[in-house]
Amino acid sequence: MNTPLYVICLSGNIEHLQFCAMTASVAAVSGRKVSIFVSMNAFPHFTNKPAETPPTTGPFGDLMATKKMPPFMELFDNAVELGDAEIFACSMAMDVMGIGKDDLKPFVAGALGLTKFLSDAESGQLLIF
Amino acid sequence: MSEPKLVDARGGFCPGPLMELIATLKTLEVGQSLELLSTDEGSTADVPEWVHKVGHKMGPTSKDAEGVWHIVVEKAK
Repeated sequence: MNTPLYVICLSGNIEHLQFCAMTASVAAVSGRKVSIFVSMNAFPHFTNKPAETPPTTGPFGDLMATKKMPPFMELFDNAVELGDAEIFACSMAMDVMGIGKDDLKPFVAGALGLTKFLSDAESGQLLIF
Repeated sequence: MSEPKLVDARGGFCPGPLMELIATLKTLEVGQSLELLSTDEGSTADVPEWVHKVGHKMGPTSKDAEGVWHIVVEKAK
């Protein structure tokens, strides 16, 4: 049996968002159960409210902007639609931003607390972006 | 036997071609094939790795004169 993958997505910069989405989507379509927990500066991208264009943090991010990279939100959607992934919104982030369940993107499974996520993650591999 | 369904992922970068392949494979019947066109050389390693992991079948892989990889995959389950 494949080890479940637990991903914490925090950074709002494009390099981290892109690689987080790449990792989650490839693992999810390769037979691994993937749980993604989104919070901090990554969180606004998973709501229906307009989010700022993710900033780059270096030359690689600038270079990616000139290439035909798969959009990171499309990859998160692929992870859910084509693979066995679930995306959870951090309940703290929802409270801080005043976001309700109806304000989350449709492919977000719902809200989750950090305690429950970390408890579940004891059974698998944890990555933080 | 029918011709493989073409999936044109030229110009895309990892994991775009793989995702396009998987999305199309889901629409095929068992025994049908697709041919992925990719300019991302990493696809020649990533696609066989994924195909073997999930239990489909690899067909031939070739590179044409324009540098485009042609990767054939058969849906096996």
